[in-house]
Amino acid sequence: MGDLIDLVLLAMLAITALQMIFLKDLFAVVMLFGIFSFLSALIFINLDAVDVAFTEASVGAGISTVLMLGTLAITGRKEKKSAHSSFLPLLVVCITGAALIYGTLDMPPFGHPNNPIHEHVAPRYIEESPKEVGLPNMVTSVLASYRGFDTLGETVVVFAALIGVLALLGVRRQEENDVPESGFKAHHVLHVVARFFIPLIILFALYVQFHGDFGPGGGFQAGVIAAAAFILYTLVFGLSRSFSVVGPKFLQVLASIGVLLYASVGLFSMYKGGQFLDYSKLATDPIVGQHYGIIVIELGVGITVFAVMLSIFYAFGSQAERSNIQ
Amino acid sequence: MLDQHLAALPILLPLIAAPITLLLGRSLFAWVFATAISAIACYFSWLLLSAALTESVLSYAVGGWPAPWGIELRVDAANAFVLLAVSALSTLVLIYSKDSIEKEIEPSKHTLYYTAHMLCFAGLSGILLTGDAFNLFVFLEVSSLATYTLVSLGSDRRCLTAAFRYLVMGTIGATFILIGVGMLYMNTGTLNMLDLAHRIDIYESNRTINTGLAFIMVGVSIKLALFPLHMWLPAAYTHAPSAVTAFLASTATKVAFYVMIRFIFTIFGLNYVFDEMGMDLILMVLAIVAIFKCSYMATVQSNVKTVLAYSSVAQIGYMILGISLGSVTGLMAGLIHIFNHALMKGALFMAVGAVFYRVGSVDINAFKGLGKQMPLTMAAFTIAGLSIIGVPLTVGFISKWYLVTAALEQQHWILAALVLAGSLLAVIYIGRVIEAAYFQKPPATQDSKQVKEAPWLMLAPMWALVLANIYFGVDTSLTTEAARSASEWLFQTSTIAATSSAEVPQ
Amino acid sequence: MNFILDYYNYWIVVFLMMTGFYIVISANNLIKKIVGLNVFQTSVFMLYISMGKVNGGTAPILVDGVTLYSNPLPHVLILTAIVVGVATTSVGLALIIRIKRAYGTVEENEFEKQDDAI
Repeated sequence: MGDLIDLVLLAMLAITALQMIFLKDLFAVVMLFGIFSFLSALIFINLDAVDVAFTEASVGAGISTVLMLGTLAITGRKEKKSAHSSFLPLLVVCITGAALIYGTLDMPPFGHPNNPIHEHVAPRYIEESPKEVGLPNMVTSVLASYRGFDTLGETVVVFAALIGVLALLGVRRQEENDVPESGFKAHHVLHVVARFFIPLIILFALYVQFHGDFGPGGGFQAGVIAAAAFILYTLVFGLSRSFSVVGPKFLQVLASIGVLLYASVGLFSMYKGGQFLDYSKLATDPIVGQHYGIIVIELGVGITVFAVMLSIFYAFGSQAERSNIQ
Repeated sequence: MLDQHLAALPILLPLIAAPITLLLGRSLFAWVFATAISAIACYFSWLLLSAALTESVLSYAVGGWPAPWGIELRVDAANAFVLLAVSALSTLVLIYSKDSIEKEIEPSKHTLYYTAHMLCFAGLSGILLTGDAFNLFVFLEVSSLATYTLVSLGSDRRCLTAAFRYLVMGTIGATFILIGVGMLYMNTGTLNMLDLAHRIDIYESNRTINTGLAFIMVGVSIKLALFPLHMWLPAAYTHAPSAVTAFLASTATKVAFYVMIRFIFTIFGLNYVFDEMGMDLILMVLAIVAIFKCSYMATVQSNVKTVLAYSSVAQIGYMILGISLGSVTGLMAGLIHIFNHALMKGALFMAVGAVFYRVGSVDINAFKGLGKQMPLTMAAFTIAGLSIIGVPLTVGFISKWYLVTAALEQQHWILAALVLAGSLLAVIYIGRVIEAAYFQKPPATQDSKQVKEAPWLMLAPMWALVLANIYFGVDTSLTTEAARSASEWLFQTSTIAATSSAEVPQ
Repeated sequence: MNFILDYYNYWIVVFLMMTGFYIVISANNLIKKIVGLNVFQTSVFMLYISMGKVNGGTAPILVDGVTLYSNPLPHVLILTAIVVGVATTSVGLALIIRIKRAYGTVEENEFEKQDDAI
């Protein structure tokens, strides 16, 4: 049954991807991308990757699609006919595709439990991590503890994206009088529903943040969901209201603090005599130390991701307002 | 305390400094802080190189988890040597930046420039010191994103399209590397570089691993700007701010070259890549085409930054030629050229940036008569230019010397001749600029009162690099010792990976 | 037949990768290039996650009574890669907005013409 679902989802993905090549209406292409992202999230669930599915749905189908739509609002939704022929790209793609298919021939068969990747490094994660790190969610153990350095790098990548978007777009402080009001001022239903939902979304984000040790979730997903709450607020009530609640400068400070919080856990471990990011040194009982370490770094990640995602949205939103688009 | 964490500090310093730089707000504070951190990181990288030369390998288990379950930093002479070059250039470019970006970047973005520079430096340091293949990908993306940002800070709108094209090509390259690493991981079950080396060896003639190697090579070649995947480079170097180009030209492609060396020698093993897969011939041919096509392109450009950009692609060709020879001397030539080219190109781009600062243009016509008006700057350009040509007493000569020696060792007479012929083209493209500066009169339209010598904050780092060019060209002991140790160690461990299939760590 | 069952997953993922790759290199409109880049990257993620699946296993979260789990390491790698992907996308889209403001167009052949005219 799982195989059948897998096959159907993959077929739907293939059709979606193919359609994207031929459509000229960019709005449709972006929507198809959102669908593609959601379908991949479903495939990830089918393949037992629940944390990944969660992240793909919120980040890929959520943030990426929103940003693309924001860009479309400024650049226009029709693609013009291309002047150059598609022969060379097609040739390159066929050669690359052929090389990849050739490469799949010696791959370990799909799903077999004796494949090389299940033999060497993974058994320790599966068998020992509940004892060494003490968390049920093995993905969080590996992400936050065993491979915590990667996650620090990832947080820095998010921070780098903030720097990039700020350098390119900046964020203008909205003056009340000289910019047309955005937001759906007249739609009372939206106001009421938004006021109802936003606190729930924030609560859910906090739940995901702290429950990531026991179920799917963690800092990234939580940060994105919290940002989504404020994005909803901005869409309904307008950028200027949003700026007075959570201002752009404050978000930049938050983003920096998140990264510094993560790094300071590592520095504290060094101060206690261990290696960088060695959480066992944070408390007398190593398992408790692991828990402290993981909670604090996940918090750092969540804070940075929230601040960066919201800042990027503010930057794109300010640009859209400058174009006088509602 | 310092000893225990020496391997990690060069990465941690700029990594933690980046958000602090953003928080500092005022560009003056950001500049002082960034330069100080870069200088300290440079000092640590010097200590690290000394330690690597005595102990061969230093290993640091991040998080306290031993490899391959945790991420390991692994330092030997090769990456410590490149790190020294990167750190030194970072510090000098930061000193140079203060005045240079006044004329090229909007004031409100100066702090963002310094933050992005710190991020790029942190990313490059991470790539160099890591011993984990996926961690390499993460730091590659850190430095790449920072690089795209830095390029887009230029004043001409063409920097935007250049940055976008660089972003698309760079991300394709990084995704290819990810695919390659995935294929390796699939068949070995590990991501640690040393562990991969031991395990790949067991699976001989595995089609998946062959394809993985191919994808990694193509991905790295894009980052390296190896012909014909170099298209992003000329526009990006030309339209980025001068300080950015000075830093990127000396470091970013060199770090990609190190990544290629690490994959070929340490992870896959020389036998596999060169003898079984025949990559040495491909690399050799591409290198020669790069040298000649790009040196030629450099001779016909009117924008001096574009001349130097094409020259950079040609120099990368020389480095690739070095490793394609597959000998200790060849690899040593490539490694030494990493360091030397950083010194040469850094000085050249700084000189051109100084010209832009005073004159406002870097077209070759703007250089007319500058020999008299900006004597120190043009003298710096001339000496660094002679270095690129390969005149004795400069580091450029040392690089070419080892390259020709390596070619002659294997009786590749034609190759040696080609290397020398490439220098002739360099004479042309450098000579054009020197001729304009010293033998022609300044254009009548130019306001000669404004064109005086560059400010000393820009001259000092420029001349530091020029003097280093001469110093290391005369007293080659440091660079040759480091490069030789690195080369011999890489060859030694490459053979171990290829022959010891018996000892597989559990 | 067994061979196909073992490998069809990989082949369809390769097809998706190539579709995304084709969109990136052939599209004239910059936004479509970014969409293609995302499709390409997401397909690579599917390749990694497919490697981690164990037939009969379940999600790698410790539950009483379950002994067979899918491999958590690919999940960790892809979590990182997804975030890296969205970071790149946001910088790319910001660049597109600036290009639109500077050139008036985001079609590659049109702004290349403007650049060549200089």
